[in-house]
Amino acid sequence: MSIPVETRRTTAHRRQGLWIAALVHRLSGIALACFLPLHFLALGLAIEGEARLDSFLAWTEQPVVKLAESGLVFLLTIHLLGGLRILYIETVGWRPVQKIVAAAIGAAAVLLAFIFLVRVF
Amino acid sequence: MTFRLYALQRLSAALMVPLIVVHLIIIFYATANGLSAAEILGRTRGSLGWAVFYGVFVALAAIHGAIGVRSVLREWTALRARALDGIMWGFGLLLLVLGWRAVIAVVMP
Repeated sequence: MSIPVETRRTTAHRRQGLWIAALVHRLSGIALACFLPLHFLALGLAIEGEARLDSFLAWTEQPVVKLAESGLVFLLTIHLLGGLRILYIETVGWRPVQKIVAAAIGAAAVLLAFIFLVRVF
Repeated sequence: MTFRLYALQRLSAALMVPLIVVHLIIIFYATANGLSAAEILGRTRGSLGWAVFYGVFVALAAIHGAIGVRSVLREWTALRARALDGIMWGFGLLLLVLGWRAVIAVVMP
């Protein structure tokens, strides 16, 4: 028996920009949530003294760690700006330019992460 | 998600906006010449202002992160409300304890 078109489950919406923006907001949030305990543990090393924190910071000088840090700048920026977009929609209202705004947010996050990368290398 | 959790999620998000902007500025400023413990601790140790800034930031991030994780798990898994609440509280308290411990580590003179 065929399912009526209007009730058929499809994945077509997954190609829509705003669906991707919603997914990116969730994934960046989960990634930041996973990173936060590690960030706090690293800073907590200062309890054991300045030298202990310095030895950790020396480890972060590796290129691969700097690359990961630029990824964190990307995640924080895209989650911040994406969150502002959600707050705007919920408090002010929907605007037809949402897709453009979401794309601009992605571009801004990539740009900021790239600037960070250039500055630390 | 209950309305109370939804409101708390949005309120913590809005309050964190200026704190994240300051945090991003500090990240760019501090990493420009390479990070050192002396540079970080020289700014934070004995500073009541940074203690309050990071103390509040940690509390808001713990609230926002814990509710956010609960929301995503509710959407993506078949976990029941009790399990979702348990994970939310457990993760939130973990962030709060580790975060405030980190704040104490960098601001205590």
